[in-house]
Amino acid sequence: MALLEVKDLEVSYGVIKALKGISFEVNEGEIVTLIGANGAGKTTTMQSVIGLIPKKSGTVIYDGEDITKTPCHKIVHLGMSQVPEGRRIFQELTVYENLLMGAYSKKKDDHFNEDLEKVYKRFPRLAERKNQIAGTLSGGEQQMLAMGRALMSRPKLLMLDEPSMGLSPLLVDEVFDIIKDINKDGTTILLVEQNAGKSLAISDRAYVLETGSIVLSGTGEELSSSEEVKKAYLGV
Amino acid sequence: MEFIETLINGLSIGSTYAMIALGYTMVYGIAKMLNFAHGDIIMVGGYMIYVGLTISGNPVISFIAAVLSCIILGITIEKIAYRPLRGASPLAVLITAIGVSYLLQSSAQMIFGSAPKMVTVADLGSISFSGLTIPVYVLVTLACSVVVMTALTLFVKYTRTGRAMIAVSEDKGAAQLMGINVNRIIMITFAIGSGLAAFAGLFMLMKSPSLSNTLGAMPGIKAFTSAVIGGVGSIPGAMLGGILMGVVEAISLKIPPIAPYTDAIEFIILIIILLVKPTGILGKKRREKV
Repeated sequence: MALLEVKDLEVSYGVIKALKGISFEVNEGEIVTLIGANGAGKTTTMQSVIGLIPKKSGTVIYDGEDITKTPCHKIVHLGMSQVPEGRRIFQELTVYENLLMGAYSKKKDDHFNEDLEKVYKRFPRLAERKNQIAGTLSGGEQQMLAMGRALMSRPKLLMLDEPSMGLSPLLVDEVFDIIKDINKDGTTILLVEQNAGKSLAISDRAYVLETGSIVLSGTGEELSSSEEVKKAYLGV
Repeated sequence: MEFIETLINGLSIGSTYAMIALGYTMVYGIAKMLNFAHGDIIMVGGYMIYVGLTISGNPVISFIAAVLSCIILGITIEKIAYRPLRGASPLAVLITAIGVSYLLQSSAQMIFGSAPKMVTVADLGSISFSGLTIPVYVLVTLACSVVVMTALTLFVKYTRTGRAMIAVSEDKGAAQLMGINVNRIIMITFAIGSGLAAFAGLFMLMKSPSLSNTLGAMPGIKAFTSAVIGGVGSIPGAMLGGILMGVVEAISLKIPPIAPYTDAIEFIILIIILLVKPTGILGKKRREKV
C-alpha cells in the first residue's frame, strides 16, 4: 500500500518552474531514493511534500489522507518527519533540548523517555554530549542529532535530505548503515541523495530527477545497472 | 545616600524600559520584524487605565483591564496588519508598523482629545528608612519588574511553548518541521509583548500622571535603543540594556551641567556600544548557513 502518493506535483519559484509535474510513490516499509544533480528539484520535492513551500498544483496523499493543502506543522503531527538539507539543528539549544523539540508534536510523556533512550542507544555520541550546546558539535554529530531529532516524533515516514552531505567517507558509510537500520525497525524512508551509488545500494526503489521532471525509475538494482545512471551519476 | 536613591530610581526607570524593550526584542527575535507601533501600545494601555479608573475607580481592576486590552490589541494588529505581510520585504513591514503607530496615535487623539489627561493611579506616598527616602511607586515598579521578568525567563526556558519560541527565533523552517505552528507562536509573542507594554504604561503613569497620545513615543525609542544595546533578539539583553539606560538617565539627570543633554547621552552610549560591539552586549553573531 502506498504510504505517500505524489501526483503531478508542480512547484514554481516566481517564473521559474522547479518541479514540472512529478509523480511518485513510497510504499509502506520501503526505502525510496530520489537521485539527481544539483538543481534537479530534489530538495524542492522534499520541502513541498511536507508543506514547507507551497505547491502550485498536483496532489499529495499521505496515509490515505489528502495533505496537498495541509500546513507543515499539521503534516508533522500526522507522522511525517524530515531531516532537512544542511541539518538545521537548533544551534543555541543543547543536544537534549534539540531532541525535546523533536518530540514537540507528541503529547508530554507520550513514550518520551523510551524514545529518548532509543535515540541515545542508536547514537551513543549524543548520549555522551547531551548537555552540550548543539552548535559546538562536529558535522557528523550534528547529522546524528538531526536524525535523532527527526526520530523523536516516531515518524511513519522519515524523509532525509542529503544526509551524507559534507561528511567524511567513514561517516557516510555509518549514516547509510543507520538509515538501513531505522528502516528495518519499521520506518518507511524517502531519501534524497547526490551520492547515487551508496543510496541505490540500500534502496528498494528509486527515481531519477532531472531539471524538475522524473526521467527514470526502477528498483535500486535496476538503476544501479542502468547505463544512463552509471554514466551520469555513478561516474563509471 | 542621595546616590543610592538615584540608583534605585534609575533601576525603576530602567525596568520600565526593560519591559518595553522585551516586547521589541521578542517580536524581533521571533517574527524578525521591528514593531514600531510597540511604543503606542503603552499609550493605549495608559488610556485603558484612565478609562478603567473613570468607570470603576479601582486601580487594580483598571490595570487588569488595560493588560487584557493591550493583549487583544497586539494580537489583532499582528493578525490584520503583519500576518498578511509574512514573507514580504522587511521594508514593507517596517512602513506598515509605522502606519499602525500613527493609526493608534491619531485614534487616541480623536477619541480622547489632544489635551493631556491627568491620571492619578494611586497615591502611594514614600517611605523612609536608614536615611533613604524612596517613593513607594518606585518600589512597586521594581518588585513588579523582578517578578514579571523572572516569570518570563522561566516560561521561555522551561515550558513547551517557550522552547518553541526559541526554536522559531532560530529557524522558522526547522521549527515547522518539529510540528510547531509558527503563526501561533508569533501570536503568543505579540500577546506577551503587548501585555508587558501595559505594565510599562502603568509604571509611567505612576511616575508622572500626564497622559497624552504620544506617551509611548519617546520611551518606545529609548526602549528600542535599550534592546539594541543589549543585543536585539536577546531576552536577558533587553533587561540589561533597559536597566543600563535607566541608570544612566537617572544619574545624568542629577548632574546639573549635563542634565539637559540626558537624551543625547543615552543615544551616544548606543553609538559607542555599537562601534565596539555591533551585535550589542549580549547579542550573538548568527552563523550564516551554507
